[in-house]
Amino acid sequence: MSEKVVLEHDDLRRTLRRIAHEIAEKNPDSDRLAIVGIHTRGAVLARRLHVFLGELTGTELPIGDLDISFYRDDVGAKAPAEQPVVHSSHIDFDLSGRTVILVDDVLYTGRTVRAAIEALFDYGRPQRVQLAVLCDRGHRELPFRPDYVGKNLPTAREERVNVRLEEADGKDEVTISEPSPVEVAR
Amino acid sequence: MKHLLSIEQLSRAEIEAILDRAESFAEVGRRDIKKVPTLRGRTVVSLFYESSTRTSSSFDLAAKRLSADLVSVKAAGSSVEKGESLKDTIATLSAYDPAAIVIRHPYAGAAQMVANWTSAAVVNAGDGKHEHPSQALLDVYTLRRRLGSLEGVKIWIVGDVLHSRVARSNLIAFARMGAEVTVCGPPTLIPRGIETLGCEVAFTLDGIEEADVVYALRMQKERMSESFVPSLREYAANFQIDTRRLNPRQLLMHPGPVNRGVELSGEAIDSPQSLIAEQVAAGLVVRMAILYELLAGAEQAPSGDGEGSAPTPIGTPA
Repeated sequence: MSEKVVLEHDDLRRTLRRIAHEIAEKNPDSDRLAIVGIHTRGAVLARRLHVFLGELTGTELPIGDLDISFYRDDVGAKAPAEQPVVHSSHIDFDLSGRTVILVDDVLYTGRTVRAAIEALFDYGRPQRVQLAVLCDRGHRELPFRPDYVGKNLPTAREERVNVRLEEADGKDEVTISEPSPVEVAR
Repeated sequence: MKHLLSIEQLSRAEIEAILDRAESFAEVGRRDIKKVPTLRGRTVVSLFYESSTRTSSSFDLAAKRLSADLVSVKAAGSSVEKGESLKDTIATLSAYDPAAIVIRHPYAGAAQMVANWTSAAVVNAGDGKHEHPSQALLDVYTLRRRLGSLEGVKIWIVGDVLHSRVARSNLIAFARMGAEVTVCGPPTLIPRGIETLGCEVAFTLDGIEEADVVYALRMQKERMSESFVPSLREYAANFQIDTRRLNPRQLLMHPGPVNRGVELSGEAIDSPQSLIAEQVAAGLVVRMAILYELLAGAEQAPSGDGEGSAPTPIGTPA
């Protein structure tokens, strides 16, 4: 399998810092902001954005994470072993009246975002939800558009986008890999 | 895993997977909206041929909190009283095309039979004196939350082991999770050969001080056709777990319902070392996890989200 690096360590960090600046710029009343990451890597990215936004705004914003497994529309379409590992969600602040920045690593079909928004509304009624993603790889199946994009990655459906983050994978990078012929045949 | 018929069928890894899943359902239970849409549009039938408070209510609530449609049938008050056979009852309820059937029945092997008659996933909620797997899972879950792990934990199962499906399932589950199990009771209430399941046997409470966990069983008066003990009072004199016999470091469990003053003293039930209320709370989240585990992998469902993996039918029984 060949892998092409599209964001290196420094690029990735700069990109996140830029997203943090955009969030701060677009939301002047920063005391109404909250950050929620989607498990697993979205939650890691959310923690980093949280640090940057803390520096930019001088306020400690509420942060949470969401596991969307119970909200997926493909429950039953995969064998249990292939279902993602379920984590717990943690949102221990009041969402009402807040602008929630939903954070994920890769935006693809949009189904994860749909599930995340549904999950979010089981916790409360945010004033506004904005979407921040590190990569947008296209191929949307639902009408979602991100508010903040780290990098647009035109990809083919067969390709894989791999986001690796230090906290989860030991290093920071984004790569695109093409499946080997064997995998395509499968 | 297509059905949950026994603990015997589960590996340690499978048990742990269900318990991990239950942990995340515990978080759902702490929210204002304690419901997730996971099983929306699926039907769950619960069919109880024996009385039950805990098991039936928690399976029912578990199905509802997963947004499944629930049909709950009790043998009392149903056509079973008019003489309808189990097979015909299952055929009738199968007409609703349920995704899962939860069944409790007084005969051992009933759940297995039902599994042969229906395409739904079958959950054994207790079959005669055979097994009660969901009880064992919730007990392991309760202990794991308290102790972190069951590895090397000494557990005494005390009382009417002979009539107890809970004893059998728990013994297997506890042993599989690495605990050292002793079953204890009067010789008439200990089935011959039970040590082959991997436990010690004791006929008196001498030595119970070594136990980290004391698991008392209900005296099953309704299943006792002959006199297994001279009297309940004599049983209580020799085997009742009270605060005098229990030392403060030991944890106390009981599957419920308790005969107060027979297998447990009232004081012991209400003591802080009793986990009985925690067991009931665990029952709900563990049963949500069981339904999720069985149904999240079933075949009929909308198509995937394009992440590449084709739907994998797992319709073949293991």
